[in-house]
Amino acid sequence: MVKERLNLTLKIWRQASPEAKGKFVTYEVKNVSPDISFLEMFDILNEELESKGEEPIAYEHDCREGICGTCGMVINGRPHGPLQGITTCQLHMRHFKDGDVIYVEPFRAKAFPIIKDLIVDRSAFDKIIQAGGFISVNTGSAPDANTILIPKEKADLAMDAAACIGCGACVAACPNASAMLFVAAKVSHLSLLPQGEPEREIRVQKMVAKMDELGFGNCSNIAACEAECPKEIKITNIARLNREFYRAKFLSEIKE
Amino acid sequence: MVLDSKIPSGSIQEKWTNHKFNLKLVSPANKLKYEIIVVGTGLAGASAAASLAELGYQVTVLTFHDSPRRAHSISAQGGINAAKNYPNDNDSIRRLFYDTVKGGDFRAREANVYRLAEVSNNIIDQCVAQGVPFAREYGGLLDNRSFGGAQLSRTFYAKGQTGQQLLLGAYSALSRQVGLGNVKLYTRREMLGLVVIDGMARGVIARNLVTGDLERFAGHAVVLATGGYSRVYYLSTNAMNCNATAIWRAHKKGAFFANPCFTQIHPTSLPLHSEQQSKLTLMSESLRNDGRVWVPKNKGDKRDPREISEEERDYYLERMYPSYGNLSPRDIASRAAKRMCDEGYGVGETGQAVYLDFSDAIKRLGKQVIEERYGNLFQMYEMITGENPYEVPMKIYPAPHYTMGGLWVDYNLMSTIPGLYVIGEANFSDHGANRLGASALMQGLADGYFILPNTIGDYFASNKFVTVKTNHEEFEKEEKSLSDQIKRLMSINGKRTVDDIHRELGKIMWEYVGMSRNEEGLQKAIQMIRDLREEFWRNVKIPGNDMDLNQTLERAGRVADFLELGELMAIDALHRNESCGGHFREEYQYEDGEAKRDDENFCYVAAWEFEDLSNWELYKEPLVFEYVKPTVRSYK
Ligand SMILES: Cc1cc2nc3c(=O)[nH]c(=O)nc-3n(C[C@H](O)[C@H](O)[C@H](O)COP(=O)(O)OP(=O)(O)OC[C@H]3O[C@@H](n4cnc5c(N)ncnc54)[C@H](O)[C@@H]3O)c2cc1C
Ligand code: SF4
Ligand code: FES
Repeated sequence: MVKERLNLTLKIWRQASPEAKGKFVTYEVKNVSPDISFLEMFDILNEELESKGEEPIAYEHDCREGICGTCGMVINGRPHGPLQGITTCQLHMRHFKDGDVIYVEPFRAKAFPIIKDLIVDRSAFDKIIQAGGFISVNTGSAPDANTILIPKEKADLAMDAAACIGCGACVAACPNASAMLFVAAKVSHLSLLPQGEPEREIRVQKMVAKMDELGFGNCSNIAACEAECPKEIKITNIARLNREFYRAKFLSEIKE
Repeated sequence: MVLDSKIPSGSIQEKWTNHKFNLKLVSPANKLKYEIIVVGTGLAGASAAASLAELGYQVTVLTFHDSPRRAHSISAQGGINAAKNYPNDNDSIRRLFYDTVKGGDFRAREANVYRLAEVSNNIIDQCVAQGVPFAREYGGLLDNRSFGGAQLSRTFYAKGQTGQQLLLGAYSALSRQVGLGNVKLYTRREMLGLVVIDGMARGVIARNLVTGDLERFAGHAVVLATGGYSRVYYLSTNAMNCNATAIWRAHKKGAFFANPCFTQIHPTSLPLHSEQQSKLTLMSESLRNDGRVWVPKNKGDKRDPREISEEERDYYLERMYPSYGNLSPRDIASRAAKRMCDEGYGVGETGQAVYLDFSDAIKRLGKQVIEERYGNLFQMYEMITGENPYEVPMKIYPAPHYTMGGLWVDYNLMSTIPGLYVIGEANFSDHGANRLGASALMQGLADGYFILPNTIGDYFASNKFVTVKTNHEEFEKEEKSLSDQIKRLMSINGKRTVDDIHRELGKIMWEYVGMSRNEEGLQKAIQMIRDLREEFWRNVKIPGNDMDLNQTLERAGRVADFLELGELMAIDALHRNESCGGHFREEYQYEDGEAKRDDENFCYVAAWEFEDLSNWELYKEPLVFEYVKPTVRSYK
C-alpha cells in the first residue's frame, strides 16, 4: 500500500543570536512520508538547506523517544504540537494533512532566553534543582534498600511526579511563564517518599525562592501547563507544592 | 609496552577487598589540592563527579548537552541488575558473576566481573536512598523482573523509565555538589582534545558550542564517561548526539582501544519503516518476559497475523532454545531473527521483521496487568507505528544498540595514558563479547559510585605532579591543531552533506561489520571506509560560521572520527578469526549455525595502539578463567 505523501508550508522562527531580531521565514517541504516524525521532516528540510549552502535551522533534540526533554518547539501555537501527552520528537506527520501551513516557534519565556533560532537556554531549571531538588545522601552511606518500606500507591504517585523530563513546555504554555508544574513535580516526588522527609521543609523553601529569583512568573491557576505537559504531570502536584510550602513556612522551625 | 591489567592476587572473593586495602589514601585536607576533570554526565559521569566531590576533590564537569540530565542514559528503559536475591530464587553474587562471564562469551576479565557483581547491591541501596522510585510490591518491598540471559528475577525497575530515574538520582547528587560549590559545571562544551604533559593526562580542550570558542581546562586527572559508539552505524537505538569523539581523540593521543568489533545488536527494536528515518527505536527487552516471538511457518505468508493459526506459527526461539526460550541472550535472539528473515520467513512490508506477540499473556494475566507492566512501551509503539499492540502483534527487528568495546582500562579503570580514566560504556571492561540486559546501568554506576572514587586516590598519592596552567605549551599546541582542523573542515565547501556521508558509512558498517561478518566483506569494508573518508575530506559541505552555534560543524567533527573508528572496527573483526558473542564470523560456526569460539587462539583482549591513520599495532591481554570454565555457550 503506497501512502499519500504530504506537501507542506512551514513558517519557522529564525533568529541569528540572542540580540538579533527574529522573524518567521517560509519554507516549502515536499513529498513527506506520513510515517516519519516531525523532526525527521525537519532533517529533510535542513539537509536541503545545507545542500544549497544555507544555514540549517538550529533546533535541539537527542533521544527522539520522548524521554531526554531536549526537544521542544511551539507548533501552531502549542508547545510540543497539537497532540496531548507527547513531546515534539514523538509527533508524526500522519497527524498533518497535505497542504497544511505549520507555524514553528521556540519556547518563549523570560527565564528561557533564545540562543539561536529554536534553541533556548533552559539552565534555570538546573539551578532550581541545584538549590534543593535532591536528598542529601553521600555515596556509601545508604542502608539496605528493603529496610525502607514504601506503600505501592505512594511509590507509584512519586514515580508519576518523577516522570517529568524537564522540557519546559509548562513554562512555555503558561501566560505568566511560571515554573510551578516543574517545581511541583520534583517537590512532590521527594516529599511523598520517606527518604525525602528530613529535608521536606527546607527543600520546598529553597526551590521556590530560587524559582522566584530566576524570573519565572506566578501561578494563577490557568492550568495550561497541565494541558501541554508531555508527561501529563498532574496539576494536583501544584496543590501539593502549595501545601508543602505553607506547611514549611508556618509550621516549621527551619526557615530558609 | 606490556599491558598490565593490575588484577590483584588472591581468591576472587577477596581481590577487591584486598586491593582496596592496598590502595594508598589521600588525606581529606589534601584532596582539595587535586582537580579532576570529568567529561560526561550520564550514569557513569554524574555518579563519579558527585562521589568525587563528596570526598573533597575539586571537580570540573563538562557535557555537550544543555543540561547534565539529558545524557543518553536517560533513555534506558528496562532495568538494572543486582544480586540481592530478594525474590529468594537462589541468586547470589557468584551467580550474577557467572551469568555475566558466560553471557559475555568468555571474553571479559573474571576479576572485574566479580567486583561488578559484588558492588551491585550497594548501587540499589544508594539509589533508593536518593529517592529513586523503583517499582514496589503491595507490602512496600522492592519488586524484581527477569531479563534476557538469566533464569531468575534480579532486575530492579522504575516503570519503563529505569535509566531516567537512575540518572535523575545521580543528577540530583551532582546538582547538590554544584550547589555547594564543589563541582564546576560547564554545559554545551564538547571535548575535542586531550592534553598530555610528561606522559600524564593533564587537561582537555573543549569547544563552547554556543560561541565556537576553544576553551582550556587543566587538572590532575581526566575521567572520560562519554558513552558508546553505536552511532557509527548511523541508524541505531542511541540518541542522535552520541558519538565517539572524546574516546577517539584520546585514542589518537595514546590510549589503547580494546575490542572495537564487539558491538551489540539488540533484538527488539522497531523495524525500519522509511528511507527518511533518523534512528531506530528500542522496545525494551523486558517485553520478552511476556511476549512470544514468532514467524509464519510458510515463507512469505502475508496474511494478517491474527488469521495465522497456532499450527502455522513457528515460535522459533522457544523451539531452538527451549530452556531460555524468548529470554535467550541478545546476540542469539538477534541472529535468530536475522536468519529467519534471510530465509524468507520475515513479516511486514519489507520482510525484515518478526512478530512479538502478547495475546497469550493478555489472555493469561488480563490486559490491565500487561498495561501496568508495559503501558508506556505499548503507547510508544502505537505512537510510532500507528498500530495497537494490545490487538495486533508487534513487529520487531534487531538494531545496533551498545558497544562492549571501548578504551582499554586496567583494574583501576585507568587507560594506557596515566591519569586518564575511562568509565561506563566508554571503556571496554566488564561485558566481554556480549552484554546482558540491565547490566550497563549497573556497570556505569558501579564505576562511578564505588570503583573510581576508590582507585583514583592511589594515583594521586603515588605520583608527583608539576604545576600545570592552561598557558602550558602543550595546551597551545593542542588548541592550534584543533582550530586548524576546524578551519580545514569549514574550508572544504564540497557538495555532500554530513548526514549523507554518515548514512553511507552506516550502510557499510551494517552490511559488513554488523550482525554477521566474513573475511571478504570486511576487507571490502576497510577499503570502502578509506575511500569514503577521503571523499569526506574532499567533498563535505558545512554552511555557516565556526565562531557561532553551528550544529553541522558539530556533526562533521563526529563523523570524521567515526570514519576512522569504523576502519579499526573492521580491522579488529577481520583479525578475530572466531565467532564469539556479538562478533559473528560466518566462517566460524557449527552446523546448526551457532557461534564457534576459538579459545586456543583468541582468548584475549585485543588492544589497539594508534600509530597513524590506517596503521594500528595490536597488543594482547590474555584472559585467564579460573572460576568459570569456558564451555560452549549453550542456551538450549
Ligand atoms: C534505548 C536504550 C535503552 C537501554 N536500556 C538499558 C537498560 O534497560 N538497562 C541497561 O543496563 N542498559 C540499557 N541501555 C544501555 C545504557 O543505557 C548505556 O550503556 C548507559 O546508559 C551508558 O551510560 P554512560 O554514562 O556510560 O554514557 P551516556 O549516558 O551516554 O553519557 C555520555 C555523556 O558524555 C557526554 N559526552 C560525550 N562525548 C562528549 C564530549 N566529546 N564532550 C563533552 N561531553 C561528552 C554526553 O553529553 C553525556 O553527558 C540502553 C541503551 C539504549 C540506547
Ligand atoms: S512538568 Fe511537564 S512540561 Fe514541565 S518540564 Fe516537566 S515534563 Fe516538561
Ligand atoms: S528528543 Fe528527547 S524528548 Fe524529544
